[in-house]
Amino acid sequence: MSGRRIFASPARRAAIAPYLWMLLFFLLPFGFVLKISLSHTAIAQPPYLPVFDLAHGFAAIKAAFAALSLDNFRLLASDDLYVLSYLRSLVVALISTSILLAIGYPIAYGMSRLPARWQPVAMTLVIVPFWTSFLIRIYAWINILQHDGLLNKVLLALHVISVPVVWLSTDTAMVIGIVYSYLPFMILPLYATLAKMDSTLLEAASDLGSSRLKAFWLVTFPLSLPGIAAGVLLCFIPIVGEFVIPDLLAGSNSLMIGQTLWLEFFTNRDWPVASAIAIVLLVLLLAPLLIYDRLQRRQLEGRR
Amino acid sequence: MTDPVQSLDDAELHGVPLLRVDAVVKRFGGFMAVDRLSLDVRAGEFFALLGPSGCGKTTLLRMLAGFETPDSGRILLNGTDIAAVPPHQRPVNMMFQNYALFPHLTVRDNIAFGLKRAGLPRAEIAARVAEMVALVRLEGMEKRKPDQLSGGQRQRVALARSLARRPQLLLLDEPLAALDKKLRENTQFELTQLQRRLGTTFIIVTHDQEEAMTMADRIGVMEAGRLEQVATPRQLYEAPNSRWVAEFVGGINILEGQIESRDAGRMTIAARDAGHVIAAEPLHCLTKNDICVAIRPEKIRLSKRPPASDAGHAAVINRLEGIIIGVNYLGGQTTYQVKLDGGAVLRVSVANMARLDVDAYNVTQRVVAWFTPDDCVVLDQ
Ligand SMILES: Nc1ncnc2c1ncn2[C@@H]1O[C@H](COP(=O)(O)OP(=O)(O)O)[C@@H](O)[C@H]1O
Ligand SMILES: [Mg+2]
Repeated sequence: MSGRRIFASPARRAAIAPYLWMLLFFLLPFGFVLKISLSHTAIAQPPYLPVFDLAHGFAAIKAAFAALSLDNFRLLASDDLYVLSYLRSLVVALISTSILLAIGYPIAYGMSRLPARWQPVAMTLVIVPFWTSFLIRIYAWINILQHDGLLNKVLLALHVISVPVVWLSTDTAMVIGIVYSYLPFMILPLYATLAKMDSTLLEAASDLGSSRLKAFWLVTFPLSLPGIAAGVLLCFIPIVGEFVIPDLLAGSNSLMIGQTLWLEFFTNRDWPVASAIAIVLLVLLLAPLLIYDRLQRRQLEGRR
Repeated sequence: MTDPVQSLDDAELHGVPLLRVDAVVKRFGGFMAVDRLSLDVRAGEFFALLGPSGCGKTTLLRMLAGFETPDSGRILLNGTDIAAVPPHQRPVNMMFQNYALFPHLTVRDNIAFGLKRAGLPRAEIAARVAEMVALVRLEGMEKRKPDQLSGGQRQRVALARSLARRPQLLLLDEPLAALDKKLRENTQFELTQLQRRLGTTFIIVTHDQEEAMTMADRIGVMEAGRLEQVATPRQLYEAPNSRWVAEFVGGINILEGQIESRDAGRMTIAARDAGHVIAAEPLHCLTKNDICVAIRPEKIRLSKRPPASDAGHAAVINRLEGIIIGVNYLGGQTTYQVKLDGGAVLRVSVANMARLDVDAYNVTQRVVAWFTPDDCVVLDQ
């Protein structure tokens, strides 16, 4: 297809908008980061070498290309610090996402069963925390979780514990913070799938001999799988790269990959290693996305 | 004088009916969706609930399936009250108006769904599914998902699924409404055949009177939550018991008037804009003197000259003169609008028996519309 024909109609022109967007805000920055990840640090401005500079002619560019190396990636693979960071991130994301699903599903299900006029209210309640700054909410959690904070006071008053428990700077605190922050992202896609489900399907299941519980497992649950997948992805991927919540709520003895990246970039001023970390993270996160895409495509084909 | 259709009635209700609905009431808020409705359905019967949209047909069906609970009244199945039996334990299955097929399951799994819940052994489930697939002629489609099927195929899957458990009573909520006309007519025929073959009791809901008449042994005409009349298709058409039923089922001419005299099975009626009409005394009692005469369009005949009275009709023939003001040729028949000298407009349909139009009348032509007293049904206004 010729270029002229691609731009032939406004509709066609609009159709390339997402690609343009991808090019401008994903592929181009990705290219920069990839290039930096193949460079090495230098005490310079910018703090890495080589730098492509068209002013010095073709030979200089060729030399710059020759200077690129995979050293940073070798470093990531050889140093436990990075490997453990990645693992910790994945484990934290896995645990948090499981808890999110376990809490989010019943809430979304309950919302979808509310009388129609209450559903928008419930929806607003889920979204309402966004009206306060994210950081303030995390600081509020510090307040709640600290030694003489609300949580310990309540547990003491209820005689669940006899001495205050250390919450702050633990993994528990971090998971609480993550689950709290991401809950709307789990609930909303689940609610969207559950709310549009045809209630006569449940009646049909009941008519054909299923109890309510059976009907849920055989009909509601399988039909909500796309919502589950969307919610899980929407939470899992950003949690893996999460930086603020672990920094504020977790202890400092082990780091999530986002924190390690921050450390490399700002404290060590090692842009190339930081870039390499980002690239590996991206590749790791591409895997679940590709699986999701595959599943969705299969479903679409099934529908044809 | 005997009503020609009376003998068709009343094979009715010897022994316990399969289903007895007894003074059932269902309200939604202050609104009476079903209003003290009583109904008996015999085992093996093909029963149609006919009524305009919103008259409570679906609500009644949902109460039979167990999705709604009556506010009062009883529903008896084989003589026992099923009020306390939840839907998944009733020997009743329902075919839903939108089919409600499980979109994530194949045709086979949709049909097998109810059999698995019944805990049948695997081999039997497989055999029963195969039987159902053959019954609704869906061979080769077993592995498809519902959205890979046409409307007609989906309808058949829904039917197979609801029949698979061999219910005592099958409820069908507007099962053909989503099909196009041609397919609907074929399916009506197939459904009737199927019901005869299986002997399962069917209660079908429809707002289409032709559909009800084509398929059902008996029809219950519903209006505003009540049953207006329960009768065979023929009775319903030839002997409606109210003006509402007469007008709802098929086309009809209504002449309003007063009874002038009654004598020996005949009544003379002064119709408001058609002069005097002599009609047969109806079987039901008339409560008021203000009545209407109802005559089906095909019962009225047209001729250029008044027909001679003959002995067979005991000299009584209603002859109403007028002029043709409209002609609609419909292929098998032609309908004429005749404006009577009295002012009333009659609709008359004439079968086109011959290919050549020797019998046709033209607009503005003067004609005599005539019919016998037995062609008339006298109803309360
Ligand atoms: N769940 C409900 N809540 C309130 N009103 C209802 C409900 N279901 C049905 N109705 C009302 O009851 C009446 C009968 O409905 P329905 O039985 O579905 O009619 P039909 O099937 O004959 O078209 C309608 O006026 C409808 O609006
Ligand atoms: Mg309905």
